Amino acid sequence: MDVIIENLPLYWEGFLRTLFLSVVSGVIALVLGTLLAAARVSPVAALRGFSTAYVEILRNTPLTIAFFFAAIVLPRLGVQFAQFEVAAIIALSTYTAAFIAEAVRSGVNSVPVGQAEAARSIGMNFGQVLNLIILPQALRTVIPPLINILIALVKNSSVAGAFFVLELFGYGRQLANANGDQVITVLLGTAFFYLLLTVPLGILASTVERKVAIAR
Amino acid sequence: MSSVLYDVPGPKARRISLIGSVVGGLAILGLLAWIIFTLGQQGIFEGRRWQIFTRADVWRLLGNGLGATLSAAALAAVIAFPLGLLLCLLRISDVKLIRVPTRVVLEFLRGMPVVLMMLFILLGFGTSQFIAVVAGLVVYNAAVFAEIIRAGIQSLPKGQREAGLAIGLTSFKSRMLIELPQAVRRMMPSLVAQLVVLLKDTSLGYIVAYGELLRAVQLMADVLGPAFLFPVFFVAAGMYIAINIAISRLAVWIERRGSKKAAGGTAKADPAVAEAGAP
Repeated sequence: MDVIIENLPLYWEGFLRTLFLSVVSGVIALVLGTLLAAARVSPVAALRGFSTAYVEILRNTPLTIAFFFAAIVLPRLGVQFAQFEVAAIIALSTYTAAFIAEAVRSGVNSVPVGQAEAARSIGMNFGQVLNLIILPQALRTVIPPLINILIALVKNSSVAGAFFVLELFGYGRQLANANGDQVITVLLGTAFFYLLLTVPLGILASTVERKVAIAR
Repeated sequence: MSSVLYDVPGPKARRISLIGSVVGGLAILGLLAWIIFTLGQQGIFEGRRWQIFTRADVWRLLGNGLGATLSAAALAAVIAFPLGLLLCLLRISDVKLIRVPTRVVLEFLRGMPVVLMMLFILLGFGTSQFIAVVAGLVVYNAAVFAEIIRAGIQSLPKGQREAGLAIGLTSFKSRMLIELPQAVRRMMPSLVAQLVVLLKDTSLGYIVAYGELLRAVQLMADVLGPAFLFPVFFVAAGMYIAINIAISRLAVWIERRGSKKAAGGTAKADPAVAEAGAP
């Protein structure tokens, strides 16, 4: 226990950086993912094709590969980052965006056809149908899956710890190596901080699922 | 669905859409061309960088990496599935003293990054890297399998269990003989989709220094020189993506084919359920 209390400032710093990575990547991924989902249902074939290819490739790429690309391959290709956080955010947000696009798209598909038909029959155009009628309903049905994706994002941010970003996992690994005799305590401490984020989000997801989602 | 969102295009809309397609396509092509040009300026397309793929030892190293990746994934999947079934049975047990602790354990396991578990097993128990990777994957994916199967059982029509109990089966026998087989069939797309997640997660072995595909890439770049990092990485990433897309397609195929043996048919693979804990 002592080792955790002694290193509490480090844990806290790591926790904040994990939170930072998750929030920034989460926001970027939500925007990018929604745009991709809109492109996927748009009338423009080129956009549909691009969105489909993006989602298909990124969804089937291991996150570690995405990180390896952003943090190790990109700098070799002449793209220099001032901080490795930028590489981590690029990898996390582009990867997560594919899953968000897929979730939002299945949400769009879950809105009854009559809604879109009614909207069109009163003269709305594609943009209006999507923005005023479909997306507000679709987003509501996809809130629980979206929260699950964000939970995954928090956990996924741990991969950044292996690519030069000192967040929760990075500090945990450092402390575990420094305190060889108390590895289990150190790592349980790290796990505790992750659960501090993921468990409330999980409870939120199931509460929302029960209450809001059905009320369409 | 997409066709309902907008009118059947008339001549004008078709023209706009065509122009949009051409412009959008050109923009995407332009982006690709810019990327290729930039890569070209770095000398990525020099023949000598790709000539390494004519060497047998490069392929042997890549093959070894791929073999390590696939064997870890296969072993983990084979162990995780029965363990997931068991955890699922405990999770829905009629006995509260079994159900509640199982739930806590499952939530704990699902809320943890897989890589942290691997490190925990590696350092905490002093195992080999292979065992750490497999055990980390097993523990995590068993928890996810348990949740998927539980969702399957809950989505079965109530009459299935009632009928089982009515003909005199015990609660346990009804679960084993009536509900589980149907739930597994029903959730097959999600279960197969989870295999993609599992396979992707083996790449976390890179972080705990297990000699899988990505580690092989790193190794080759270190030995052959940084100039070869991109070609080798490109090929290895291609391998990963190709295998994963194949498994994803399998999941979609199973979903389309459906199953008549599960009450309520086959459930769609929920991208979010499968993703609920993936790197």
